[in-house]
This record gives sequence, C-alpha cells and structure tokens, in this order.
Amino acid sequence: MPVTNQVKNQHLLWRAGFGPAVEQLGEISKYTPAQYYKAIVKASDKRPKYINVAGEDLVNMYEGLMDAGRRAKLTADDRRELGRRQREAVRDLNIYWLKEMVASPAQLREKMAFFWHGHFASRNQNIFYNQLLLQVIRENALSDFGTLLKEVSRSASMLYFLNNQQNRKGRPNENFAREVMELFTLGRGNYTENDIKEAARAFTGWTANARGEFVFRKNFHDEDDKTFFGKKGNFDGDDILKMILKNKQTAKYITQKIYRFFVNDNVDEKITADLAERFYKSDYDISRLMEGIFTSDWFYSEKNIGAKIKSPIELLAGIQRMVPMKLDNDNALMQLQKLLGQQLLYPPNVAGWPGGKSWIDSSSLMTRMRIPQMFTDRDELNLTPKQDDDQMMGRKNDGTASVPVGKKKNAYAINAKIEWPQYISKYEGVKRDDLISSIKQNLLQVNTPGLENALGKTVDASSREAYIKTVTVQLMSTPEYQLC
Amino acid sequence: MKNRKSNLSGSNLSFRSPIIKRKEFIQIGSLATASMMLPKFLKAFESKALVPGGNKVVVVLQLSGGNDGLNTVIPVRNDIYYRLRPSLSIRKGQTAQLTDEVSLHPSLAAFKALYDEGNLAILNNVGYPNPDRSHFRSMDIWHSASQSSEYWNTGWIGRYLDAQCNGCARPTQALEIDDVLSLALKGEQNNAIAVQNPQRLYGTANEKYFKDILKNHHDEHHDEQPVEYLYKTMAQTLSSADYIFKESRLHPTGATYPNTELGAGLKTIASLIFSDINTKVYYISLGSFDTHVGQDNQQSRLFTQMNDAVKAFTDDLKKNGRMDDVLLFTFSEFGRRVAQNASNGTDHGTANNMFLISGGLKKKGVLNAMPDLSDLNEGDLKYKIDFKDVYATILNKWLSADAKKILGAKYSMLDFI
Repeated sequence: MPVTNQVKNQHLLWRAGFGPAVEQLGEISKYTPAQYYKAIVKASDKRPKYINVAGEDLVNMYEGLMDAGRRAKLTADDRRELGRRQREAVRDLNIYWLKEMVASPAQLREKMAFFWHGHFASRNQNIFYNQLLLQVIRENALSDFGTLLKEVSRSASMLYFLNNQQNRKGRPNENFAREVMELFTLGRGNYTENDIKEAARAFTGWTANARGEFVFRKNFHDEDDKTFFGKKGNFDGDDILKMILKNKQTAKYITQKIYRFFVNDNVDEKITADLAERFYKSDYDISRLMEGIFTSDWFYSEKNIGAKIKSPIELLAGIQRMVPMKLDNDNALMQLQKLLGQQLLYPPNVAGWPGGKSWIDSSSLMTRMRIPQMFTDRDELNLTPKQDDDQMMGRKNDGTASVPVGKKKNAYAINAKIEWPQYISKYEGVKRDDLISSIKQNLLQVNTPGLENALGKTVDASSREAYIKTVTVQLMSTPEYQLC
Repeated sequence: MKNRKSNLSGSNLSFRSPIIKRKEFIQIGSLATASMMLPKFLKAFESKALVPGGNKVVVVLQLSGGNDGLNTVIPVRNDIYYRLRPSLSIRKGQTAQLTDEVSLHPSLAAFKALYDEGNLAILNNVGYPNPDRSHFRSMDIWHSASQSSEYWNTGWIGRYLDAQCNGCARPTQALEIDDVLSLALKGEQNNAIAVQNPQRLYGTANEKYFKDILKNHHDEHHDEQPVEYLYKTMAQTLSSADYIFKESRLHPTGATYPNTELGAGLKTIASLIFSDINTKVYYISLGSFDTHVGQDNQQSRLFTQMNDAVKAFTDDLKKNGRMDDVLLFTFSEFGRRVAQNASNGTDHGTANNMFLISGGLKKKGVLNAMPDLSDLNEGDLKYKIDFKDVYATILNKWLSADAKKILGAKYSMLDFI
C-alpha cells in the first residue's frame, strides 16, 4: 500500500484516537498529517466534563454510610442493595465512557486517558472512587506526568486498591509503594527491595475518606528518617514521588510504554531514548511527548502502519465510529467486552492489560470476526462470558441479557440499529467497480492482496446500497480489520 | 447521555430486513478440505503422530468462586469447627463418612464410593504464600502459577502446550470446555482451544466466508508480522475445529450423563478421550461457589451437579477401561474463612483441599493431616502444601513434561502418582 496522506491520516486517527469516523470519510485525504494533527489537538484542549452516572437515590444511600447515625440503622439487606446499585453504576460508567470514545470529538484526550487507565490500573467497586479516578485521568491525560502521578497516588481508588489504608507506622503494607515503582514509574529492576521498604514507610498515613478525598493521618505516619535512593531524610510520600520523577529511568520507562501502546510493540531503542530525554527535560510534558511522536516521520513509516492488534475496546469503538449505531440493550457491549477480554474499569490486575498478541486466541479471534455480523443480524451472540465472582458475588449471572432468539438457549440477537444512510452517502461519487477498493482503503490499514476474492458470493449485489453494506460488514470481519 | 445522531430512531432500517440469512450464508465444508487450507508453513506438521490410547490424560475441574473446603471435607470430630460454625456446620450423622475423623459433604456420595474403591485421594491445606483474597487475582495466581507478587501473562497449561506444540499444526493438546479461554491455557507461543460444543465450533469455523478468506490468503512467510500471526491463529482454529469435531464423532460415548452443563462437558471430554485425539489436558469449570449468603443451598446444589457428573464420567471411564489413564483433579482459587458470617455463609479465605481422582493413584485416601483449626492466621487456614508442588508432580510424573521449565522454578514432588 503506498503511504498516501489518506493512509497516514487514518494511521493517526487510529493511534491518536479510536479510528476514523463516518463524518471524516472524504476529507481524510485532503490534509497533511501535520495539519490533521493540529486539528486533533485543538479538539482535545477543553477540560473534560465530570462524568456522573450515580443517581440521587444512590448518592443518598451512600451518604447513609457516611453518617454515623444513619449507618447504625443500615441492615445487611441495605448494604447488599447499596453494593448492587454501585456495581450497576460502575457498568453504566463503563458504557458511558465507551460512548465518549465513540462520539467525543476529544479523541486524543480519550485515547490518552484510555492509555493511562491501563497504566494506572485499578479495580474498585465504589462508583464514586471510580468516577473520581477517571476524572483525574481524563483531566490530566495531556498535562504533565508528575501531576498525574501525584493525583492518581492520592486517589481513593488507588490507595484502597493497593491497600495503603493498612500502611501504618510500625506495620507497613508495601503494596502501594511497590507498585508505584514497579508499574507506575521506574519498572522492575531499577530500585532495591530496601527502597520499597523505605518508600512504604514514607507513604504511611496516606489514605482517603468515604467521599474519596485524600486524607493524611498524621498519627499513622512514620516520622523517622528513611533512606531512599541512597539519600537519608524524614521523607514523606510527596518527597518519594519527587525523587522518583527526578530519576531519568521514570521518563525512559513511561516513554517506552507509550511507544509500545501508540507506535509499535517492538520498541526502537534509539528513538525512545531520544523521546525520553526530551520528555525528562520538558518536566514530563505529555502533550509535547505525543506531538513529538505524532509529527515525526518515523511514526508514519510503513513498518508502523497496521502493526498493532486493536484492543477489544479499540475494535468496538472503531466499528461504531464508522457505522454509528444504537443498541436495544447496551449490555451487549458489556458482554462483548467480557468475551474479548477487556472490560473498562476492570483491568485484570494492577499491571493492566498486557496487550499485543495476548488479545488473540482462537475464541477471541473468531468472536472478533463475528461481531460485525452480530451487529447486522447476520449472526447471533451465542457465547457465554466467564463468570466473575468479584462482580457477581455468587450469583449465576449478572442479571443482564440481550434479546433471546427464539427458544434457543444462550443465543441472543444484539439488535443494533445502524445509521446507514450517512455512511452510504459517502460513497456517492464512487463507481460501482471501484467500491470494494474504496471501502477497503477506508477500513483497512493492512493491504493483503487476494482479500477481494474472498468477498465473492458473500456480498449482496442486488442493489448498490446492499452492496456497500455487505462489503463493509465483510471487510470488518477479517483478520486485517483487527489491525491498526 | 448524548447521541451523535439525532435521527437514529427514525432512520431507514432497510438493512434490518434480512439480506442474506445466516442459514444461506453457512455452507458446511467437507472435512477433507480443512487441511488443504492450512498455510504452507504449517502443512509440514500436519501429520504429527497422535497420542495412542493408554496414554495419560489430565482433567482439571475448576470450582470457581472459592469453594468452602471445610464443608467439603469435614473434620467431624473437631470442636472448633462446630463452635465457629453454629448453624453452618454439618453433623457427623448427615455426612458421607470416610474415617472416624473425616466425612464428605452429604451430596458427595459418589466421591465416597470412589474413596472406597481406592480411586480418590484428598490433599488438605493446599495454597500459596501471601494469599490474595480477590477472586480474580487469586485465580490468576493459580492459573499462571506465579508468586503472589508477580504478574504473569501465561498459564501453566499454556506453557505445557508450548513445549508440546512447538510449530505443530493445531494446539489441541489442551482443550477448555468453554466459550472463552482461561489464562491457565494461554502460552507464550500457543493458546489452547476453547470449545463448549464441538459441533457449534465446527459450524462457526465452517462459515464459508471464513474459509474463503483463508483460502485467498497467500502467506509470505512473514510469520512475525501481526497479520500473519492472525492468519496462523485462524488457520489453526479452523483446522482444530474440524479435527475436534471429527474426533468427537469417532467413538461418542453412549453413556447417560446428567443434563447439566458440567454433565454435557464431561460427556464431551469422555468422547474425546475414547477417540484418537492428541489432547492431554482438559479443562472445565463449575460455579459459583462464592457462598457469602445461604451457603448450604448453593453448595449442595453445585455439589449434586458435580457428584452426578463425575459419577457418570468415572463410570464411563471404568466401563471403557480408561480409569487408570485419567487423572481428574479439583481446585478452587481459595477456601473460605473458618468462622461463618452473619448471613449463614462464609467469606473469602485461604488454603483449601483438592480432590484427586484416578485409577492410577499411588497413594489413596486422605493424604495428609486435616487443617489445624487451633493454629489459624487471623481466622484463616495456613497452607501446608504449595499448589505448584501439585502442578509439578502432575507435569513430571503424569504428563512426562519438564515441570521446572514450565513452572519457572523447581517445586517439590509429591507421591500420590
């Protein structure tokens, strides 16, 4: 495939966002990537609105927990109901954010937030903690890494997830200190076990209240001297974070991870060393780092185009951006996330999603290739995700279902209503003979010869509209479409 | 929540009238064509030798949700047990009694019969250091066989598969009876196949369009490129789906199994064991054992399913002379707290017991001491046997594999096989 502006801009849209949207068809080839990137940055410059999915009665129930008098009156049933409502709200937040990824013009911000969400991976059943951390991540996604690190480290979601409420003078819990260094900043092998012990002491007393506000409990804090990175002093948590940021290894580690996520799973040592140096010198300015990547020549080189396997969220968002749709029941999107192995707000562990080839096994690949068929009613959702006891608390299912198909067990129609007319109108000027290659260019970043031949009889040529629809669905149901 | 399109509901939905119905869309291809569509680089390995009958097979039965071990293998003479579980403990007379000290849950009569025949062993106090009480995390630790401070992206059976299927055409040496593949069966180079129902997987894989895509793809030996990796996975899937389906019809068992998911799953496994398939490890799950509330009903219901399905399965194996070749074992991501909670349930705990079922056991019965309820760690059992010792033993002694390489460390060998 010649690396035209169209290919380059699509590459940019897939990496700096969740793929080209139907509105962009036709305009993509008209600009240079530099012009396009400018527009992308501008679309993300606003502070994101706080997402709140918790209704008033959930807030009211939750406040009952915080008030000692009301708390005493809560029955076991009340508490269970509160837990159930919170889990439901976390699901709503998941779907809300997924829809932002599909529809928001601030693609770069949401994509960056999606990266940080996997980097600062946390699982929490408290909807308010989830909302607060998500806001921290979306708000600081493009600011500076130091602020982001500090805000995440002070978030209730992370402090509780990593047990720092148990980290007290005299009986430290090292979990938080360890993951901050191993996964969030330095990477394994760049600190000693003693550094972890001493950092844990510095983080003693860091916790949060039920409102999700950071609380420093002075009487739990270890005031004695600590020795960290060879320096001795009465350090607190903020001091440790500053010292970690002062270590160039942090810039290197973050840059490499960003490169793997946004550019290529195989890290180019020279390029990332350069990027890290500049990242460090800019005081960890994330926007400048991303600009350095997305405006470089190497980003658009052939070996980086179509070289990434889309994560399940990128796949699901990407399809919906190109063929906007409305689902009868949004829970189908939850089911698909579970089946494909990536659920927003629910990373497998603090290390986040491993990504790359790990997305693909025989089941997940076949499911991925059937999704466009399911969205268009040519196939049904007849797969059952694994039970999840952390969320389901012993119930057989999470009470959600789509629309049953006939009397078949475990088979559901997703019932998506696709908004086709706008999509079809984008191909108005294209000659019938050129339709396949035109659609292919818009959908695929990898050009494997011969794919057209496979379309053969499986496309419906009875009308121009039907032809465009079926070619689109079939091209989305290919191994090539899994790549970006 | 905002919608990008305002006219969605009123849009022209002509596409919803079926253009091509799925039934017309599917054309079942013949079995013979499957291997013709393998990419060239895989074809060379197509005719690898099958595992002959009489070979050793492992069936892993995962009890998801954290099964309460103390009400599974019950210390019927332990006062602490009865004291800490005033309403949840199971009285001696109501149980399936094994010894003076030890009884099984009353729903596990078939397990008692297996015990009496010498086909059952019980391993108590199995766990790992620094236990995690999150279902997901603890399950990850059991699946990956990592330390609790490490995060591994591959599973112990997946890495076994890597060793077995080095460049092989189909990764069918390990199968999971499910729609989704567990971490335990994901390797560095290979992933096992998840198949809930061989016929359905065959139907999906034989979608004409998928076969056409594969047929029209000309690999250029760039195996390292992601697109070639995807095509390779697709080819393996289609080939495996054909192979598994064909094998499942070779000697389908005629025995009657209970009409439960586990029953159907074990029936599929039995049919495959009786075939010529090269599968060495089968994986299947039952749940949820997360009994925070009203434990009795939930655990009894699940144990009845397990009891009846395992009975049908072992009867079938015996009838077909394969009981000595098959080792079925159970595990759960953790046990539960010793003391019951206020809702007639139990909360997340630590160490737990495992059942080992086979005609080929060297050591039988209750293999080690029952949990010491007077020596608890903040209300939880202390583990005495690392579960990775069990894995290492099975890998080395039953599957003749290199446990040290697969588990990344040397673990102790146990003597039950």
